[in-house]
Amino acid sequence: MIVAPPPAGPVPYAKDLSIAFLRDMVRIRRFEEKCAQAYGEGRIRGFLHLYIGEEAVAVGAMHALEPADNVVATYREHGHAIVRGLSMDRAMAEMYGKREGCSRGHGGSMHLFDAATRLFGGNAIVGGGLPLAVGLGLADRMQGIQRVTACFFGEGAMAEGAFHESLNLAALWKLPVLFLCENNLYAMGTALARSESQTDLCIKAASYNVPTLSVDGQDVVAVHEATLQGQRHVREGRGPFFVEYRTYRFRAHSMFDSELYRDKREVEAWKTRGPLHTFSARLKAEGKLTEEEFLALDKAAVAEVDRAVAFAEAGTLEPVEDLLKDVVASS
Amino acid sequence: MKISYREAMRQALREALIADPRVFLMGEDIGLYGGTYAVTKGLIDEFGPERVRDTPLSELAFVGAGVGAALGGMRPIVEVMTVNFSLLSLDPIVNSAACFRHMSGGQFHVPVVIRISTGAGRQVAAQHSHSFENWYASIPGIKVLAPATVADARDMLAPALADPDPVVIFEHVQLYNLEDEVPDERASDIRSAAVRRAGRDVSLVTYGGSLPKTLEAARELAKEGIDAEVVDLRVLRPLDTATVLASVRKCRRAVVVDETWRTGSLAAEVMARIAESAFYDLDAPLARVCSEEVPIPYAKHLEDAALPQAAKIAAAARATLGR
Repeated sequence: MIVAPPPAGPVPYAKDLSIAFLRDMVRIRRFEEKCAQAYGEGRIRGFLHLYIGEEAVAVGAMHALEPADNVVATYREHGHAIVRGLSMDRAMAEMYGKREGCSRGHGGSMHLFDAATRLFGGNAIVGGGLPLAVGLGLADRMQGIQRVTACFFGEGAMAEGAFHESLNLAALWKLPVLFLCENNLYAMGTALARSESQTDLCIKAASYNVPTLSVDGQDVVAVHEATLQGQRHVREGRGPFFVEYRTYRFRAHSMFDSELYRDKREVEAWKTRGPLHTFSARLKAEGKLTEEEFLALDKAAVAEVDRAVAFAEAGTLEPVEDLLKDVVASS
Repeated sequence: MKISYREAMRQALREALIADPRVFLMGEDIGLYGGTYAVTKGLIDEFGPERVRDTPLSELAFVGAGVGAALGGMRPIVEVMTVNFSLLSLDPIVNSAACFRHMSGGQFHVPVVIRISTGAGRQVAAQHSHSFENWYASIPGIKVLAPATVADARDMLAPALADPDPVVIFEHVQLYNLEDEVPDERASDIRSAAVRRAGRDVSLVTYGGSLPKTLEAARELAKEGIDAEVVDLRVLRPLDTATVLASVRKCRRAVVVDETWRTGSLAAEVMARIAESAFYDLDAPLARVCSEEVPIPYAKHLEDAALPQAAKIAAAARATLGR
């Protein structure tokens, strides 16, 4: 299996920011490892889509956004939610189906919502988030609010009509939407080349007159820089922007996937491009990180996850009498 | 002064645009073209292309954008040209708008209004003539309205906009030319069914484009000495079951008239509710008049035969009385 060489090169950020990136990637990794364990123990049920291997995308991208921006995410959104500022406690409680969860246990893993950080889901219809993002952008434009709507989706969504209709509408109306494609090469089990006649995703976006960038999604620096450039374009009122992050998921699509569609050697080859170890190695080489510092931040992440598990386990169940509450506003 | 259903709807849209800067209209050819059914004619001149927004033929994207804009603090009124086309936009309606409040644990709500024209009778064949109100009425998380009178065409929009949740309004294409006097005072009820004709022998329950036909049937029946009561559901979700049951308990016989196809029709739901709650008040089996189970055909005689008509409604009513 031939994959690109691991991300390398200087990290153009001060030590604090560099370590913040690493810390968030480790937080996501530790959180999801615990989710997988809890799933194995039957504490989390339903679908669980792990982001392990793709952490650099959410971290590099989220750190390029402003707190007031809108975020629309997919069903593989634990990392986005946590980096955006949703507490691990409320995220984990949601997966445990507890009332203390961010969505009161109504949504689970795929539907993390957080009004405080303007996270509009956790959308589990592939491509379904894109028209919503266009509308959020339209609302901001019409109200004179200077805000970017960042919309994450996978490359699988680019086969949906929703992608094409949304890109067209956003470009036609010059809306402030940042389209962020996490290309992990597989739409569930279907490889890009088996589902798309044109595998250069930027060409698709460019055909709607949307400017594009394609970067190594395993390199948090490349992700961050591209997203900064994209959000600047959008924030300046120049219309939508499209970024492709070339990434890879190390784990199965969900917990029910026996991975018949890809070669184990491919997975192993991509693991040499793991976003955490390659970035920490670069920081160490530059003298921005010591092994002690790494162990300390890892320990802190593990402790944060352990607290989240304790919070979730101690959480309460929504009374069944409230089942129909919040379907519509109570009158 | 008499105004048309179309003018009443336009007046409501205009008043909504004046009353609230968050309100805007969006849909195919609603601006420069003036609207497929001329409902929005002239509004772009008064309010401009930002607030009367022509869209590409992208039902999925512009209905979804309406949902997103509502999440973002606006009060969009999205027009979908026909209910057949609305099938291309079911995803944002069913999977997003209807789910968001509950799925987010009450954090988000979607105050969007979606206007959809519906129904047959103009010889425009199967892909422009169907009725899917029953499908929409089965979805928790949305409200479904069917104004059938000129006054309701004018008065149901404002409360729909004030509703914090998604509201779908069905406008039957045969109603647009309907003319009637409208009172000066405004109603704001989007909860109740209405008795359009009081009677005591048989309850005719209907909504939307079938209301004029049902009233016509009631007039025919009156000539024969049958005093039919006509109930206009007005609100298809949530159904005002109490008003229906009160009418049925009084008349002890009921015919439900509905332009959706018979199988799984809205009529079937209304009949089930009557059977569940008023079975022992009935003196005759329940009956319904729905569309025949066929793609609505073009040829006039076939289209007429496929749809509920006053004569069929009257016959069904007579049958409940053994006549």
